[in-house]
Amino acid sequence: MNLADKYAAFVWPAYGVSALVFAWMVIDTLLRSARWRRQAERLEKDERP
Amino acid sequence: MIAALANPHRFMGFSRWAAPFLGVVALLLIAPGLWFGFAAPPDYQQGTTVRIMFIHVPAAETSMFAYACLGGASFFSLVFRHALADAAARAAAPLGAAFTVLALVTGSLWGRPMWGAWWVWDARLTSVLVLLLLFLGYMALRSAIDDEAKAARAAAILALVGLINLPIIKFSVDWWNSLHQGESIFRPGGPTIAPVFLLPLALMSFGYLAAFGALWIARTRGEIWRRRAQVAAVRAASA
Repeated sequence: MNLADKYAAFVWPAYGVSALVFAWMVIDTLLRSARWRRQAERLEKDERP
Repeated sequence: MIAALANPHRFMGFSRWAAPFLGVVALLLIAPGLWFGFAAPPDYQQGTTVRIMFIHVPAAETSMFAYACLGGASFFSLVFRHALADAAARAAAPLGAAFTVLALVTGSLWGRPMWGAWWVWDARLTSVLVLLLLFLGYMALRSAIDDEAKAARAAAILALVGLINLPIIKFSVDWWNSLHQGESIFRPGGPTIAPVFLLPLALMSFGYLAAFGALWIARTRGEIWRRRAQVAAVRAASA
């Protein structure tokens, strides 16, 4: 496995961009979901007598 | 199964375990996919750039799959006015856009050393760019209209019209002269890729699809929570 040949300048950025986009997808999905869940549960709790 | 899950309460119960399960499946597929991908020998023509194939092709396949999911969910939302289908459609769009960006960027990084150009206005590349514009247009349309029901209808129509782009992407390399290589996996007579490349490609492809499934389900759950919060906020304001 040669990790630093003449094409390394193309291969590594491709994997790097993929890792970044995956990280964004996972973090954004989890944070959004948690935020809305907290908000819904707080509002629904306030409604209860 | 789809009818049973159309009930948001049942969907929340199902998705509580389905999203992490698919996430684990994605990890179990992508980890060995990366290992076999980096262990594969350089291609006799493309050298080590062949390793970009293991992330480029799965991203492209997943972007098309995401659009098919967006189109399917939009159909159910438009025809049956189903709120869960609309939530699923809305959740699919940003993920589909992200996978399309990945397909375009990794394709460009592969194209530069192989074709000598970062970008060409080739039928395959252009139709994938149109796919990205459809995802972005869907999201822009939804956020441009204040009335959520009207926004959902307008965006669903756009998504359904955009479905025509999927066969265009798939067959673009057959219908037009293209710099992009032709179909080499799903073709009559079997794949033309050597098994040493086919194994990591298959693992990564299924891994990407599983990752999309996990994220789509998790995002749809988030969208349901958002709607519940909205309803509760309206009730609180009118009380």
